[in-house]
Amino acid sequence: MNEFINPVEPFLRTDRMPHIWCPGCGIGTTVNCFARALIESKIDLESLALVSGIGCTGRVAGYVKLDSFHTTHGRAIPFATGLKLANPKLNVVVYSGDGDLSAIGGNHLIHAARRNIDLKVICVNNLIYAMTGGQTAPTTPEHAITSTAPYGVYEPTFNLPHLVEAAGAVYVARWTTFHVRQLARSIAEAFNKKGFSFIEVISPCPTLYQRRNKLGDGLETMKYYKEKSKVKHGAPTSEVGLTMTGEIIVGKFVDRDRPDYQTMLRAQLAESLGERFVEQVETVCS
Amino acid sequence: MVERCKACGFCVEFCPTKVLALSSAFNSKGYHPPHVVHPEKCSGCDLCGMYCPDFAIYGYKVPNAAGQAEVQDEG
Amino acid sequence: MKADPRAVLTGVHFLDGDHACCEGALAAGARFAAGYPITPSTEVVERFAARVPTVGGTFIQMEDELAASITLQGAVWGGAKAFTVTSGPGFSLMMEHIGYAAMTETPCVFVDVQRGGPSTGLPTLPAQADMMQARWGSHGDYEIIALCPNSPQECFDLTIKAFNLSEEFRVPVMFMMDEVVGHMTEKVVIPPADQIEVVPRRHTHKPVGEYLPYETNGDMVPEIAHAGEGYKFHITGLTHDERGYPNMTPPVQDKLVRRLQNKIRNAADRIALYEEENLQDAEVVVVSYGITSRVAQRAIEMARAKGLPVGKLRLITAWPFPETKIRELSAYVRAFVVPELNLGQMVREVERAACKVKTFGVPHAGGSVHHPEDILKVIVEAMR
Repeated sequence: MNEFINPVEPFLRTDRMPHIWCPGCGIGTTVNCFARALIESKIDLESLALVSGIGCTGRVAGYVKLDSFHTTHGRAIPFATGLKLANPKLNVVVYSGDGDLSAIGGNHLIHAARRNIDLKVICVNNLIYAMTGGQTAPTTPEHAITSTAPYGVYEPTFNLPHLVEAAGAVYVARWTTFHVRQLARSIAEAFNKKGFSFIEVISPCPTLYQRRNKLGDGLETMKYYKEKSKVKHGAPTSEVGLTMTGEIIVGKFVDRDRPDYQTMLRAQLAESLGERFVEQVETVCS
Repeated sequence: MVERCKACGFCVEFCPTKVLALSSAFNSKGYHPPHVVHPEKCSGCDLCGMYCPDFAIYGYKVPNAAGQAEVQDEG
Repeated sequence: MKADPRAVLTGVHFLDGDHACCEGALAAGARFAAGYPITPSTEVVERFAARVPTVGGTFIQMEDELAASITLQGAVWGGAKAFTVTSGPGFSLMMEHIGYAAMTETPCVFVDVQRGGPSTGLPTLPAQADMMQARWGSHGDYEIIALCPNSPQECFDLTIKAFNLSEEFRVPVMFMMDEVVGHMTEKVVIPPADQIEVVPRRHTHKPVGEYLPYETNGDMVPEIAHAGEGYKFHITGLTHDERGYPNMTPPVQDKLVRRLQNKIRNAADRIALYEEENLQDAEVVVVSYGITSRVAQRAIEMARAKGLPVGKLRLITAWPFPETKIRELSAYVRAFVVPELNLGQMVREVERAACKVKTFGVPHAGGSVHHPEDILKVIVEAMR
């Protein structure tokens, strides 16, 4: 009778619904956009692997019906690197949070970008360490109250697009969970690009970040995104830093071409070894 | 799934044609899920579906003679 | 299954332990290594970096050991046999991911070429002070297998064994070398590939839809699948059930963690490898491993020349600790002597298993090997 199903449903581990995310949390919204991007770019789901770290966003791995890996805190990117290098045919997505990717995982973030490993990184940035109860993240705006900065954050914030561009990423975009169509499109674009792609998604954490800072609930935050976002494609990433209640610059900031890690590996080894170079063989398993 | 809904209000707010409103009914978790108030205004854009963080709603346009649209709370 | 001849450097070589270990890994089928430079282990991956592009594999030097220790696991799930190589300070950094490998049952090998510690310690000098860390270094309850080679030849042979055990039990295996074994150069005979037994990955044959990542039957070891094969499985470090889904409840925890432990413990006697000599009439048994076993050999010979009935038990498998053998011996020997390049680690295990039988350690803070006389002195004392 009903041949229309929710487009996201085939991508979900329905036996694990409902998920653990709070009312008004934007992570689920990003998953819808991710699913939409998968449908539109016609990616072969059987050769897609999703790797996440620890945190609220890290739980995405457990809810999507794909080969998915919930790894250790901050180390989704090196795990994903190993997957990709062992099986270059895989499309590898890293889906993790701002704390996981830029604090404990910061070193791996910059090196993977430098190497231009062919990974699609979706960084859901809720400006906080949500899962553990709302501690300061490198992305928490100045003056915000967190559980480890009860009198207000006094550390400068990381501007993730700027960091990742400087490190060498070939595709850098930022959207908010309000920009659902644009986000889906960015993810699809990243799938069509070889190299290190980084898509930051600003998302509400109504239970901790917004609540402690009296910024309203999820809906109010979404309205704030709608009102205060400015789309500036190609904006210089040095100018897209975030503040607690200020403007949010969104858009596609970087879209450039650089040979990816495996292309460079092949080129260098083929040149040095000539005939003796044997490419990564079809590995193991029978 | 009505049962998945946490009444965040995204679908109600961001439906471009204001098809939805939070109902006075409760699901078993105690939330007021949305209900369709103006079905004739639904264009099937599925923005509600894309916004919903709980995968509880999606919109589609049923191609029939009356050009009617339905928003289905997955049940 | 036999080794792939394309990667086996058949022949008689003059290699040091580090180099021989690399050849062992290649012979075992390793086609991926992620490493980070640290003395005295670096030569293993330096050689791998040079060799593997000629046999079809990848080496990547990661930005730190935290990355290396999990990049190799990504490669395993992508289908490769993989390992990493390190020494004390790096081994400490890798602990979280050793736990992750144990929890997710990722077959892989961690090589630790032990050096003086703690901390930066003695980068270019030997010790055997990571032995307890190899067993207990990561948090939580888990079991690993640890092997101790005592020569470059064993660095080749036992590395293959390490990979085979890791595949058989789906467990990370610690390959506990030391700086002397790693840097000593000796004759290493590499046989033809068809004489090298290699254990293949225990890949499932179940069709998609029927396969559960952590379903086991009798032997407690689940079958594995790789990413990209259509199984769409989920792997997590959280306590999980047979479906691989997080299930953080005490009953599931109990079931899972006991299985992780018992899959090794129940097979401990089978896994235990040791070398024994003159144990039947021994009154004192010298228990040693790694480079110390070579010095102990000399001390035992000196003791026997004095007419002392000394037996030798050389541990090749350090973990699971071969307690059955020690218990067996403790039924009739008078004492155990345990020389090691640390201030008392494996001696505690011997003591534990030996119960009422006296155990004498021959500790050494590291930095050099024992003098045979030091060990002999304790043997003589143990005889009294």
